[in-house]
Amino acid sequence: MSVKEFNLPDLGEGLTEGEILKWLVNVGDVIELNQPIVEVETAKAAVEIPAKWAGKVVEIHHPEGTVVEVGSPIIAIDTDPSGSSASASAPAPASAQADPDAGLIGGPAPGGRTAVLVGYGPRTTEAKRRPRVSSAPAAPAEKVPAPTAPVAVEKPAAPVNGGASVLAKPPVRKLARDLGVDLTTIAGTGPQGSITRSDIEAARSTPAAPARVVAGSLEREQRIPVKGVRKLTAANMVASAFTAPHVTEFLTVDMTRSMKALDRLRAQRDWRDVRISPLLMVAKAVLLAVQRHPMVNSTWDEAAQEIVVKNYVNLGIAAATERGLIVPNIADAQALSLRELADAMTDLVAVAKSGKTPPAAMTGGTFTITNVGVFGIDTGTPILPPGEAAILAFGAVREQPWAYKGKVKLRQVTTLGLSFDHRIIDGELGSRFLADVGAFLSDPEAALLAWG
Amino acid sequence: MTKGATAPRRSGGSRGSGGTPPEPDYVQLLTPDGERVSHPDYSVDFSDEELRGLYRDLVTVRKLDAEATALQRQGELGIWASLLGQEAAQVGSGRALRSQDMAFPTYREHGVLYCRGIDPIMPLSLFRGVDQGGWDPVANKFNLYTIVIGAQTLHATGYAMGIAKDGKVGTDDGEAVIAYFGDGATSQGDVNEAFIWSSVFHAPVVFFCQNNQYAISEPLERQTRIPLFQRAAGFGFPGVRVDGNDVLACYAVTRAALDNARLGQGPTLIEAYTYRMGAHTTSDDPTRYRVSSEVEAWQAKDPIARVRALLTREQIASDDFFDAVDADAKAEAVRLRERVLNMPDPDPSQIFENVYVEGSPLVDAERKQFEAYAASFEGGAH
Repeated sequence: MSVKEFNLPDLGEGLTEGEILKWLVNVGDVIELNQPIVEVETAKAAVEIPAKWAGKVVEIHHPEGTVVEVGSPIIAIDTDPSGSSASASAPAPASAQADPDAGLIGGPAPGGRTAVLVGYGPRTTEAKRRPRVSSAPAAPAEKVPAPTAPVAVEKPAAPVNGGASVLAKPPVRKLARDLGVDLTTIAGTGPQGSITRSDIEAARSTPAAPARVVAGSLEREQRIPVKGVRKLTAANMVASAFTAPHVTEFLTVDMTRSMKALDRLRAQRDWRDVRISPLLMVAKAVLLAVQRHPMVNSTWDEAAQEIVVKNYVNLGIAAATERGLIVPNIADAQALSLRELADAMTDLVAVAKSGKTPPAAMTGGTFTITNVGVFGIDTGTPILPPGEAAILAFGAVREQPWAYKGKVKLRQVTTLGLSFDHRIIDGELGSRFLADVGAFLSDPEAALLAWG
Repeated sequence: MTKGATAPRRSGGSRGSGGTPPEPDYVQLLTPDGERVSHPDYSVDFSDEELRGLYRDLVTVRKLDAEATALQRQGELGIWASLLGQEAAQVGSGRALRSQDMAFPTYREHGVLYCRGIDPIMPLSLFRGVDQGGWDPVANKFNLYTIVIGAQTLHATGYAMGIAKDGKVGTDDGEAVIAYFGDGATSQGDVNEAFIWSSVFHAPVVFFCQNNQYAISEPLERQTRIPLFQRAAGFGFPGVRVDGNDVLACYAVTRAALDNARLGQGPTLIEAYTYRMGAHTTSDDPTRYRVSSEVEAWQAKDPIARVRALLTREQIASDDFFDAVDADAKAEAVRLRERVLNMPDPDPSQIFENVYVEGSPLVDAERKQFEAYAASFEGGAH
């Protein structure tokens, strides 16, 4: 037996962690040099890692879905499974390396240094600095056992500082990490609100902090690591909710005429193959209403103390995908014809569902529509995407009894919910904007004629 | 590799400009199915031995490249820019160089480097971070890898103007220069300046653009509205597009352009139309910006498969030969791996070397200070 630990390398440039997507080998498998063993996704790419040594898989340290710090071991490989070599420091088989330890991860390099190419970056498991000459005898390098369970998610306490970056000195951060305390959930008492050692200890002693849950059977709770799209969504929502004062208004409108207009469109020859939905009418309504109230399509620039009013609309459409919520946007939507808008929306949704939305399409949005109606929901109080001043929730369109020409009729009714940033948009402007959107939806032809 | 190619002058494409015109034909001498085809202007006349040699080059270069990618994934290299898919462009052009010719690479020209006879470990020490790519450019006739996009085209142009002034151009055994770059680099000011200078001063330089269709994630249509080789016409020198996955055509076209340059007929732009089958570098994820059907379409144009088909069809090589080449390449890759893993960490004070040709009091003082600091730790100087 000659077991080697393979540590997660930095697969990009300066990455600190990666998620185990899929193991391609099992414990007990005999593997070859450079045989793909695992798929790992980092902030930059999903890649396959080839085996560094031939041998037999002894242990897989992290299940799929775990986020692992760069430099920590992920798999143990016995490079001498037949035990043919008597010595524990037997060379790897297949003439792979003459001295497999030298210069390798964690192995001594000439001069007694630790090779750091793998696992450079924020590594907490070993002291990196050598003692100075004539200093007191050094304490043995601190060893923290590598985690064998998924890195537990910190307790889901509400961030108290709005999720912005926290102030804390590096040793305090390390203490928090070691104790499993989430810095964003602590109110600092140090200078400029920074978090101190005692804050961490106080947070630690509060009984609210649950112990780590080790994966096992019969769990009463499930812990899901916060990562990827979920992590980003959370950060954005917290940042938005705690910086922009939100106001939400509702308007229930009779969309029957819009629905009929859509039917007439569908009947037209050159619209025959186009997928169109009520969302198209809402998008058009928003674009027209933005033209009439440009201030709704703006950004609060805190640094410059300016309001940036945009003469273009990058229309975001919130989409639920397998990977979570993403908000791709249609650039310069104000310049598109209705047909172009319909095509762009179809494309955008198809691309989003296939998970191929390029990052560029998710930045620079100026106004967003979230279509909660597809889930049968009436309306909501959406949170603004960061940097946008307003967002419209479009609820389900239902047949409902409605007062129509003096009688109660069954009409196609929906409820709109508009959230806006009250720093920029007053109640009056928000109301006028929402009323315009509603006016178009309840009578598109009249609105077009009146505003044309 | 001494057989020459005929060397006609060839003007740029004749298609109209504006919009996106139909893709013009390129020079091809070997189809994706491994069939030899003739071209009115270009031909090669290789012996069987030379054809087998080209095949061996292609396979070896691909294998070593794959090993380097694996080493990066295993944490042994900081980064690696794979040449996968571009073997023919690099081997064809690299073998077309004569010993006196000078090459200016990007950071992806591992295949050209191999053909220059340079130890393939050289770039790995650079990307492992144990040196700064310190091979001798003059002795190897191969400049250091240039990371800055397109900068080497200016270096090449300056070098070419220099050898012209030295009187080393104008004869059959004159010198020529080749500058490598990619499609993305054609949008750089440096490359356009190099085109202008080389044209105006009639510099003996061949601009070898490996158009692999993507500048990291940016597709070709964001670089140009016309085929890239047609740009040469605007600068006043000939441009030609070649099937970049056809090693014979790449050889013929490059050899002809180099010979024109060495005879004093000025620069040529070669656009080797190819495809990067892998990621831009190991930090990149190409599945985010291109579709698999496109990759599969290019897979069918593989540069190695077509040479193998040719060798098989014309009974120039047998399965034994192919197996031997694979085994040799694998052994060479394993040797490379061993050597990379055994690279010693550099002495930190090496950073003070090669700063000035004749040294500098300031650098000397800094070195002294640093060495004293390093000595203050237990365990010696490093």
